[in-house]
Order: sequence, then structure tokens, then C-alpha cells
Amino acid sequence: METLLQQIINGLSLGAIYALIALGYTMVYGVLRLINFAHGDVYMLGAFAGYFLANALGLDGHPSVFWAILVTIGAMAICAAIGVVIERFAYKPVRHHPRLTALITAIGVSLLLEYGGQVVFGATPRFFPQMIESRTYALGGVQITNQNLLIIVVAVIVMFGLEYIVHRTRIGKAMRATSYNLSVAKLMGINTDRVIAFTFALGSALAAAGGVLVALAIPRIDPLMGLMTGLKAFVAAVLGGIGSIPGAMVGGVLIGLMETGLSATAYSTYRDAVAFGVLILILIVRPSGIFGSSVVEKV
Amino acid sequence: MSADDALLAIEGLHVFYGGIHALRDVSLTVRRGEVVTLIGANGAGKSTTLRAICGLLSPARGTITFEGDVITGQAAHTLVPRGISMSPEGRGVFANLTVLENLEMGAYLVRDTARIREDLERGFSLFPRLRERAKQNAGTLSGGEQQMLAIARALMSRPKLLLLDEPSLGLAPIVCQTIFSTIDAIKTSGTTVLLVEQNANAALKHSDRAYVIETGAVILEGPASDIAAHPRVKAAYLGE
Repeated sequence: METLLQQIINGLSLGAIYALIALGYTMVYGVLRLINFAHGDVYMLGAFAGYFLANALGLDGHPSVFWAILVTIGAMAICAAIGVVIERFAYKPVRHHPRLTALITAIGVSLLLEYGGQVVFGATPRFFPQMIESRTYALGGVQITNQNLLIIVVAVIVMFGLEYIVHRTRIGKAMRATSYNLSVAKLMGINTDRVIAFTFALGSALAAAGGVLVALAIPRIDPLMGLMTGLKAFVAAVLGGIGSIPGAMVGGVLIGLMETGLSATAYSTYRDAVAFGVLILILIVRPSGIFGSSVVEKV
Repeated sequence: MSADDALLAIEGLHVFYGGIHALRDVSLTVRRGEVVTLIGANGAGKSTTLRAICGLLSPARGTITFEGDVITGQAAHTLVPRGISMSPEGRGVFANLTVLENLEMGAYLVRDTARIREDLERGFSLFPRLRERAKQNAGTLSGGEQQMLAIARALMSRPKLLLLDEPSLGLAPIVCQTIFSTIDAIKTSGTTVLLVEQNANAALKHSDRAYVIETGAVILEGPASDIAAHPRVKAAYLGE
């Protein structure tokens, strides 16, 4: 029982990270029908942005929750800008080309960020500054670190914030309209170019938050860290139903839970296989995902 | 016709879709307060003309003038505040939003909530069915109700020129009648209408003037009654 609870807590915190990244995949897919394969690498850039910010502020060895939050927000802002730049210079020029062109462009951007990252940051992993003093709380027989707790809390806050933006604000309304039908959204007077840029900014900021949070818990960052995590978050988005925001949240948590669940068994070496096994199953059984639906046109 | 009563003037418009020459030298005029119809077969270029006017595609050559300003190639979202609004082919309602939210989306650029309330009321009195279904998701509406919603939504921006792309397509005859009598009401309220229709019979009865388009070019134009009486139109479009 205690082991189970322990695994659930671990799974929730891992799943929260996948969910944060999956949201970016799903939102961009929603407005552009594009799988932005570079999104996992934006998560990596988020961790590096946090690294450089924290070091510039001299935070290593001076734990402070306040500064950690500030660094996270800073990394989110930097990655939001990076996301907008990627969209503007890589995806916008090919927007009216066949979709495969954009997909290949996305893979190209991903490779550019990964190997460009190795050139700029070096391939050796770097040690992420300890901005928060590590503590472990025992609740009954279950142990939870303050970093895991922080990941879950921040992810929940961010997701509520996102729900608010998407459902209560003007730009959120424009996002939903654009995602449903881009040209009809234009006919409503919506500047869809701006909506698309905003979507990239928002998704990239969420990925950056994920990057910093992970680096706080597992303080080794390297330019390829976004590869596997990004792919798993993509699977989470597909599992939840690509294009669906609640789907990305639920999909992320489910993948996290399944992965830690398997890690606790004798088959822990297969932990990376979980997500891809799920992907294959989903594509066979229910390609539209948990929350995905096919819209029927009425006559 | 003097220049100042032309709300919309198109001169020598050419549009290409990939390699296809979809519009060849189309010129037409819509005067203030008129209902003008474009009739023609499937693929003749009627919808393409509307999509070029509202900015969803940019023409290769030619000019589109609206209220005296050249608007050729301007982005669709910048034309809505100028007073051009379109109910697209296939209705294009936001199926995942409620009827009310769809209508509010039509007033996306309007900040004045009193004005939005007033326009909602006008839309509901034009189509009482929409009031009954205000809280329902637009995807659950029948085809006719979706068409009513698309027109009501297009009116929410208080357009000077309303573009209607195939509003009667696939609808039951009784619903078509509702749509066409609404077009009369819209005209009476002072909004100019440019209508694209395959149902030439009904469209000509409710229009002031008409243009006939064949393979991307205007072949006939004139008062709707003259067009309806033209032998070529009778043979090809009115089934007489």
C-alpha cells in the first residue's frame, strides 16, 4: 500500500512535467495542425535559461524560494520569445506549403537546437544550481521531497492559469476560434498570425517551466535532455487526444504514472518503452485519443 | 452610375489556385443598398470572387475598391472593421462553442457591450430559433439553423457589405424560404448584400441585379429580372 502511494506521488510529479510539455504540443497542433517536434528542445532551452539566470544572479549555494520563482518566470519569458522566433522564421514561411514540409522543418529545428546546443553549451552535462534546499517529508510511510511537491504545485497552478486564459480571456477565445477553423476566425476579425505567435509563446513558456522544475529535482542538464522527455510528452498529448488541453494534462499524468509504475517492478529497464507501447496501442485502438473526437459535418 | 454610389467595385480581377486560372478578368460593381447575385455552375468562380473580396485569398491582378479605398490583397481580419463580413460556404460555425458564443465571436472586434447586446437582440429577432437554442453547442444544430447562425454571426460586426456564400446549399425548401426572406429583411435594414447561389431561381427573385459567371469570367450582367428572362440563363440555370 505504501509502495503504491509512493509510486503514485512519484508518478504524479513526473506526469506533471510531461503534462506541461504536452500542452505546448497540443496547443500548437490545435491552431496549426503541426507537430512541433522542436518543442522538447524548447524545454531543454528552458532549463539552460534557468541555469544561466541562476548563475548570473549568483544563486548557487544561496537557496531561496523567491529567487527560484523569479528564475523560473525569467526562463519562461526567454523561451516564450524563442518560441515566437522559431514560429516566425521556421514555420511561418512554410505555412502554406504541404503539411509534410512543416513537419520536416520541425524536425530540422529540433536537430538544430539539439546539436547547436551541444556547440554552444558543450555536450557535457552541467550541474544545475541548487536554488532550493532539498528536504524530504515523511507522511506516514510515504516520502515526498519538496522538489516533487513544488513540481506538482506549480504544474497545477500553471494549468489553472492556462484554463483561465483559454476560456476567460479575449485572446483565449481567439485561440479556440483559430483552432477550430483558421479562415473563419479571420472572418471574425481575428488576427490569426498574432494568435499563432501567442500560442507558441504560451506553449514554450510552459515547457520552460517544466525544464526549470525538472532541473531543480534532477540537477543535471544537457542539450539532449529534451529528446526523450519531448517524445514522451508528445505521446502524452496523443494519448489525451491531440488538440485537447484537458487531454494533454490527463495524458501527461497517465504516462508519468505508468512509467514510474513500471520502474518499481523488475522490468524497470523498460521504463522508456512504456510511452511508446502506449503510443502503438492508442494508434490501434483509439487514434483520436481519450478526449479527441471527430466532428461530423451536418447538412 | 456615378462613382460614389458604388460600395464595392472590382476591376479586372485575376485569381490563380495553384496552376488553375480560377478568375479571368472579372469586373463587377455593387451599389449601396443593393442585393446583387452571382450565379453560375459549380466551380465557375463564384466563391473565389467572394474569397478574394473578403481577403481570404489574394488576386494575381486587378483591383478591389471598397468605399473608394483600394483593398486588394489586404488581410481578411483588417477588412472586418472596414465593414465587410462574410457567411462562408459550408457555414463555418464553431461547433464546439454555443450559439451565443458563436454570435459573440462575430462581434470579436466590438468592445462596447451595450452594442453587442443590441445586436444579439436583433439577431434573435431575425431568427427566433437561435434564441431558443442560445445555450446549445452549435454542432448540435440542424443545417438550416447553422446557416441562420452563420448569417446572424456575420451581422454582429454591423457590416456595410454582407457576403453570403451559398446560404441555401443543402437546405430543405421551407428553410430556403426563411433564408431568402431574411435576405430581404437585411436589405430593408440598409445592409448591402452580395450573394452567391446555385439556386438561381430563388436568388434572382430576391436580388436587384445579377452577374452570371462561367469558367471564371463574367458572361452576363444586368437587372435580376432581365437575367432571369435571358434565354441562355433560362436554359442553363433555371431548368426551363
